[in-house]
Amino acid sequence: MSATPETAPVMPDAGGGPLLEVDGLRVGFATEDGRVQAVDGVDFQLEPGEVLAIVGESGSGKSVTAQTLIGLTRGPNSYIEGSVRLRGEELTSLSESQLQKVRGSQIAMIFQDPMTSMNPVFTVGTQIIEAIRAHDRSSSRKESRARAVELLEAVGIPDADRRVDAYPHEFSGGMRQRAMIAMGLALEPSVLIADEPTTALDVTIQAQILHLIQDLNRSRGLATILITHDLGVVAEVADRVLVMYGGKVVERGTLEDIFYDPQHPYTWGLLGSLTRLDQPRPHRLPQISGAPPSLLNLPKGCAFRTRCPHEFGKCTEVPGLDARLPGDPNHRDRCWLTPEQKKTLRDVEGRIGLEAPHG
Amino acid sequence: MLRFLIRRVLGAIAVIFAISVLVFLIFNVVPATNPAQRIAGKNATPELIKQVEHQWGFDQSLPAQYWTQMKLIFTGEVTSYQSSINVDQRIAEGIPATASLCIGAAVIWLAFGFLFGYLSAVRAGGWLDRGLTVLALIGISMPVFWLASLLLYYFTYKIEVFPASGYKSLSEPIEWAKHLILPWISLAVLFAGFYSRVLRSSMLDVMNEDYVRTARAKGLSQRRVMTKHVLRNSLIPVITLFGLDFGVLIGGGAIVTETLFNIEGVGLFTAEALQTQDFPSIMTVTLFGAFFIVLFNILVDIAYAYLDPRIRLGTSAA
Repeated sequence: MSATPETAPVMPDAGGGPLLEVDGLRVGFATEDGRVQAVDGVDFQLEPGEVLAIVGESGSGKSVTAQTLIGLTRGPNSYIEGSVRLRGEELTSLSESQLQKVRGSQIAMIFQDPMTSMNPVFTVGTQIIEAIRAHDRSSSRKESRARAVELLEAVGIPDADRRVDAYPHEFSGGMRQRAMIAMGLALEPSVLIADEPTTALDVTIQAQILHLIQDLNRSRGLATILITHDLGVVAEVADRVLVMYGGKVVERGTLEDIFYDPQHPYTWGLLGSLTRLDQPRPHRLPQISGAPPSLLNLPKGCAFRTRCPHEFGKCTEVPGLDARLPGDPNHRDRCWLTPEQKKTLRDVEGRIGLEAPHG
Repeated sequence: MLRFLIRRVLGAIAVIFAISVLVFLIFNVVPATNPAQRIAGKNATPELIKQVEHQWGFDQSLPAQYWTQMKLIFTGEVTSYQSSINVDQRIAEGIPATASLCIGAAVIWLAFGFLFGYLSAVRAGGWLDRGLTVLALIGISMPVFWLASLLLYYFTYKIEVFPASGYKSLSEPIEWAKHLILPWISLAVLFAGFYSRVLRSSMLDVMNEDYVRTARAKGLSQRRVMTKHVLRNSLIPVITLFGLDFGVLIGGGAIVTETLFNIEGVGLFTAEALQTQDFPSIMTVTLFGAFFIVLFNILVDIAYAYLDPRIRLGTSAA
């Protein structure tokens, strides 16, 4: 180690370009049963201050996409193709040690289960201080600690000066997730990836954490990628939405596009399975019938067609992620149905859905 | 912490008491030669044997005999039936040799166990891991007496680099080490292989934990993730094993090694006591061994609390 303080690599600012740009990202893993293509062509751009939601079921590739952005899926059995650029700098070709300087300091990540995401044998403060000092060697232990207290206060942990020396098991679930966020913010990153940040929390705490993320996003211009399967969460905070299925993006658009003019039957299914408290309770909760297909054995053509009640002849061909609505180039989907057909098919008893619940 | 200690010490006393009763009863049930006859000699007259029986208290009730025996052991006046030596004194004389053997071997096996286990885990699946796995399995599979015999043959007979047997006190450090190197290796190889496997699998488990991913996501180097976050959480199974193994050895369990290298320690004395079925000696070495096993169990429990703050001593520990 050199005596000079380590600083983050200087990022060439590509002028008005997007903060984060992902192009043709594909991630495959070699398994005993063959190669699993967990992510098969994901593209998106992220601007400062924006909240992008990536939505999908388990196994849709959303978490793998997020982890690949900071190189956490690298390994002898993984194949990563495509490009991830942060302010114009390619991340996929960086060495592990160069990538370490990006992780935490430029792109921070928080995870689903705050119960298991913190090391039980070190205090919360130690773990935040460690994040700070991993990137900023000039920061003394005392300064880092003061910064950790500041951060814990900023995410709303009362009595932070005392709590900083507590162990994770002495925190409640919501407080742990707050502490995780504080740890993520320690180096003032420009991108925060939140992988199902509220899934393991109860509903009232969920709302608090979402509002915290939203506040930080607004007050610090923190670009946020929110990975979730919960459209309720998406409706609350997202600006733009990617819907993923079987490793592919099947629809993308603004929050309004996805909620009020969804084009892909899978999106209809997700929306249709939201329970609404303002309407009479249906006889049976709507669902998308069937299970997500195995990534080892995806159906030919559209991956969703085996679960789709509107399948027709053309579906055996792979649909491209195209703008199919006239005059809206940013709202794209992968479904062969015409916009007119979609308008009538998605109408299930007056609201959006995939099909009427059986029975 | 204090409550925990008091409770554990009381428990330990109970365990040692139970062991002593058990050993005592076993020796009164097992048909061994009459100790009075042994003490009186080969051609003793029945009168002499009667006299010895009375003199040594063999004609008293079992509880009384037990009490006498315990009093002798704990006042340091217990005498062997076999050779009329003071057993406590003999064990005390054996402690430096046994401690030298066990502590030295423990240093070696922990060093190699940790090094090999760590490297195996970090390079899991690679050629280094496979090589170390084979090495560890060879180490675990080799019987101590066989390895010791080979070492003796090659290093004291074929090429005479080390003395074949005996123990020299630490006041001559070079001689001390020269006499102990082969015994250390014989004793350490098995444990080194075993500990490296345990540490490897424990580390691989921990490497899949979410908090390890968190540590990587915040930009720590791979080495720091492994040495700080993974290793610390992988220590509990290794510490557990070490407490038990070391307690057994230092309490006189290194019987084979001490016998083969003729180290006059507690283990060799244990072997002699067992061969001659000498009750006072067996009773005393058993209690001596039990003491260390119980002691190291308590130390292990204290180490748990230090390693994992979620473990609180004295609240719900059984």
